[in-house]
Amino acid sequence: MSTRLGSGGRLLRRDRRIGFSFNGKRLSGMEGDTLASALLANDQMMVGRSFKYHRPRGIVASGAEEPNALFNMGAGARFEPNQRATTTELFEGLEVQSQNHWPSLEFDIGAINSKLARFLPAGFYYKTFMAPRSFWKHVYEPFIRQSAGLGRVPKDRDEDRYEHFYAFFDVVVIGGGTAGLTAALAAGEAGARVLVMEQTPHWGGRAPVDGGEVAGAPVDKFVDESVAALEAMGNVTLRRRMMGVGVYDHGYVLGYEQVRDHAPGTPGPRHRLWRIRAGQVVTATGAIERPLSFAGNDVPGVMLASAVRDYAVDYGVSAGDRTVVVTNNDDAYRTAITLKNLGLEVPVILDARAAGGGALMEEARGLGIRVETGKAVARVRGGRRVEGVAVCAQAGEGAVLEEIRCDAVAMSGGWSPVVHLWSHCGGKLIWDEAHAHFRPDVDKSPTGADGKPFVIPAGAANGALDLASGLTDAHAAGRAAAAATGHKPGGKAAAPEAAPAPEAPMAAVWLMPQGAKVQLRMKAWLDYQNDVKVSDIQLAAREGYASVEHAKRYTTLGMATDQGKLSNINGLAILSDALGQPIPQTGTTTFRPPYTPISMASIAGQARGALFQPLRRTPMHDWHEANGADFEPVGQWRRPYTFRRGQESREEAVHREIGQVRGSLGLLDASTLGKLVVRGPDAGRFLDMLYTNMMSTLKPGRCRYGLMCSENGFLTDDGVVVRLDEDTFLCHTTTGGAESVHGHMEEWLQTEWWDWKVHVANVTEQYAQVGVAGPNARKVLEKLTDDDISAEALSFMGFKEITIAGIPARVFRISFTGELSFELAVAAGRGRALWDALMEAGAEFGVMPYGTEAMHVMRAEKGFIMIGDETDGTVIPQDLGLGWAISKKKADYIGKRAQERTHMTDPNRWKLVGLETLDGGVLPDGAYATARGVNANGQRNVQGRVTSTYHSPTLGRGIAMGLVLNGPDRMGEVLEFPRVDGTVMKAKIVDQVFYDKDGEKQNV
Amino acid sequence: MLILECPCCGVKGEETEFAPGGEAHLKRFGPGSSEDDFHAYLFEKENPRGVHFERWRHANGCGKWFHAARDTLTLEVFGTYPAQTAEPPKDIRDKIAARRPGWRWREFS
Repeated sequence: MSTRLGSGGRLLRRDRRIGFSFNGKRLSGMEGDTLASALLANDQMMVGRSFKYHRPRGIVASGAEEPNALFNMGAGARFEPNQRATTTELFEGLEVQSQNHWPSLEFDIGAINSKLARFLPAGFYYKTFMAPRSFWKHVYEPFIRQSAGLGRVPKDRDEDRYEHFYAFFDVVVIGGGTAGLTAALAAGEAGARVLVMEQTPHWGGRAPVDGGEVAGAPVDKFVDESVAALEAMGNVTLRRRMMGVGVYDHGYVLGYEQVRDHAPGTPGPRHRLWRIRAGQVVTATGAIERPLSFAGNDVPGVMLASAVRDYAVDYGVSAGDRTVVVTNNDDAYRTAITLKNLGLEVPVILDARAAGGGALMEEARGLGIRVETGKAVARVRGGRRVEGVAVCAQAGEGAVLEEIRCDAVAMSGGWSPVVHLWSHCGGKLIWDEAHAHFRPDVDKSPTGADGKPFVIPAGAANGALDLASGLTDAHAAGRAAAAATGHKPGGKAAAPEAAPAPEAPMAAVWLMPQGAKVQLRMKAWLDYQNDVKVSDIQLAAREGYASVEHAKRYTTLGMATDQGKLSNINGLAILSDALGQPIPQTGTTTFRPPYTPISMASIAGQARGALFQPLRRTPMHDWHEANGADFEPVGQWRRPYTFRRGQESREEAVHREIGQVRGSLGLLDASTLGKLVVRGPDAGRFLDMLYTNMMSTLKPGRCRYGLMCSENGFLTDDGVVVRLDEDTFLCHTTTGGAESVHGHMEEWLQTEWWDWKVHVANVTEQYAQVGVAGPNARKVLEKLTDDDISAEALSFMGFKEITIAGIPARVFRISFTGELSFELAVAAGRGRALWDALMEAGAEFGVMPYGTEAMHVMRAEKGFIMIGDETDGTVIPQDLGLGWAISKKKADYIGKRAQERTHMTDPNRWKLVGLETLDGGVLPDGAYATARGVNANGQRNVQGRVTSTYHSPTLGRGIAMGLVLNGPDRMGEVLEFPRVDGTVMKAKIVDQVFYDKDGEKQNV
Repeated sequence: MLILECPCCGVKGEETEFAPGGEAHLKRFGPGSSEDDFHAYLFEKENPRGVHFERWRHANGCGKWFHAARDTLTLEVFGTYPAQTAEPPKDIRDKIAARRPGWRWREFS
């Protein structure tokens, strides 16, 4: 029975009861409890089922390293899976459900996997789910989906607020234990700007539980005084409930502050992600106790010795009335002593060391606790909770010497420094034989922009496990960090002095007993969360997974949400033993951020909904919005797809707009088109390199359609280039291409032809642009201008400056619809006035705005290509029949050399053609034309694909363009296009210009 | 995230302020070049573990391209310099030599 003791609990306010629910059961805890301590106080020993074998699992740890106690927490818009009970502060109304079981925690169908464990060894998934192929869809995948994954996915939109903080400090101290506080004091006293973050709600780390004295007073007092001193410093910022997520290049640190998790619903952001630049980082992240590998070490009630001590001292909770302590070091004796002093029973301390411990052992014996040296746990008795332990000799193979009844086991396999943050950015580790752990190699630390170290480990995180040496180490770390950021260490030169507490050496114990037979090894867990046992690692080694990184992935050791905080060192020790090599030779797996999982919402911060990215609006945007525009996103712009009227469908609206343009007059807001001014004496020469066409020969006042390629030869953008005057060109780009084409021009100008006298300006947003299209286009403009825009004065592909509706405008006679068409560009601020004037003057022609879809259909009817439809980064202009736009006279342009490569000149490249369906229907977008035979994968061979496809209201039938093998030579041939429903559509290869082949409509 | 200094405007900025542009000091091969030369120009890029020269653009700043000399392993930045040059300037090369004696990168050392 785990229970709440009658008194004690350092962190509790016993007079404040807090109600919460677990699997629908109403339970009660106290203010100051974590969810884990409250569950133990209610004797909720079993908290979940394991991932693979569905074995009953209980709370193992008391902090961030907890592998088992993960819950679905909250409901609705505050639901979140995988919340760790040991780091969740209890609050009124907290609701959790345990995970990974069906139908209930107590009775779980999946537990059958445990009986089948011998058939589910390491690499089971790889070995079993191989063939036949068809089993994937119907057998394997449903099975894996049923069994995989802890927790449920939230269904509702998160209703909380999250934010990012940007912060800059000289010294960032991660960890608010005695080491972190000491380092912060040393750096702060030197005048450095310091941030100290502590992941829990309490300062002092383990020290107040472990005890000890600093300068003759209890360590609690030292912690309180240190915090008070730091709070009094103006140059020091203190933050609790904030975890160091990761340390990155050049002193970049992420901090994760859980601002309101302990008080949901109160005003303010829930989480805050701190994006910090630090001059120096001090990692005072402490150490984590390792489990011991013995059979049944996963039975609920088997806990880390330090956790048993934490629950007793901090929360007044006993894990059991009778707790067996099993250890390979002196520290676990503190747990036995603590329990005994609280009046609880410790039937025996099993010390794997033949020689036993030091002063702490004597103290325990003095209290009347039985100590057995050289002994081990052969196996734990019990299923859903500990009922007893079978004792054996550590040196043997597990022959049972004695059965001891107990209801909890406190185990300690030694301590591993938390080296994660040190390692994130390249800090190296060394193996410390005496403590059997990896600790930072301070001569190989992460380096910053100046090539100098920027991370300093301190205290237990640096392997200085005892209070006295930890304080000395941390004091030096703080002073060094201050000095490295240009501060003269001031204040006390000497570190705070702690009373020494000598301990006997620990002994490395990786398997208990050392000669354990396979029956025991199969029940000795390394990774609780991913269900990896000693026998799995040994199997992986036998099967040739000699690299620790491979063995990790094969067995999934350390790949769960706890990232192997408890299991990694034990696992690689087992692997080293199996490979017969020393542990340093095996090495560790790579430590990667985040230290513990952080919320996705904190990463998104405020970048959600309307704030996700800026919205670009044309000067006519408000008009569109007020007139029924059905917007579609085009880059960061919103462009009207169509303007629906009444009950019209989208398709009906598009067809109405096309009919209006083809029959009379329509207006298009073309303001989003990219507009780049290229100016200077070398502008013509420059554009000759940028475009495939010859631009230098363009006469002022004329327009030319141009193609732009990458150096790889592929078509990247197109648009109309206008020569405004001798030195000035205006290059139109696609809507999405304005910024990238501008960047492309700048790149070549700055990095290749920097001596050419040209400059480029992106004036996209400086102009509003309106396409006026239809047989009545000239008539409506003539109503509004006195300038001559007749066919003679402004011929097709001509440009002129005019005044229209009193507004100075550039007018370009270009056409993307195939109709008589003018594009008017005016200063952005006058765009709406021009639009209103055109709408008013056009009323007698039934003028209508048209959207992007009508534009797309009309351009397809004319056989004009669209960047992104006909091109996809693998298409060259020659594929699209655009040879006429490629200058033969020019010695060079970007992409020319690439287009001479053999693959580019291959006559079997797919080429652009029109496709006319036999039944008049519309081909599916992206559909492939099949050919005879199958390829190596058994798939049908293909000979072409659809790039654009629409219903043409003008022609009353489906039209399409596509890239087809030898297409232009196969006019009239019929191709077959299978659809996803299995039926086949037939289409005839035709010329891609479906409408007004001779251009009579536009050229009037 | 690196910190780089733009040699044009002098701003020291976060990596997010800059856009990477691949290897620096490429010689362009155009029409008339051999298949091998052109292939090498397009695809065969240096990928060293150590000293490297890269192009960057101060994309969310002054917009200028520049070069950076840095160590891809330790992330040490030896310096940044304007892009309008065909080879790393002497002071940068000297600085690298002081930190990485005997360094080589393509034809430079």
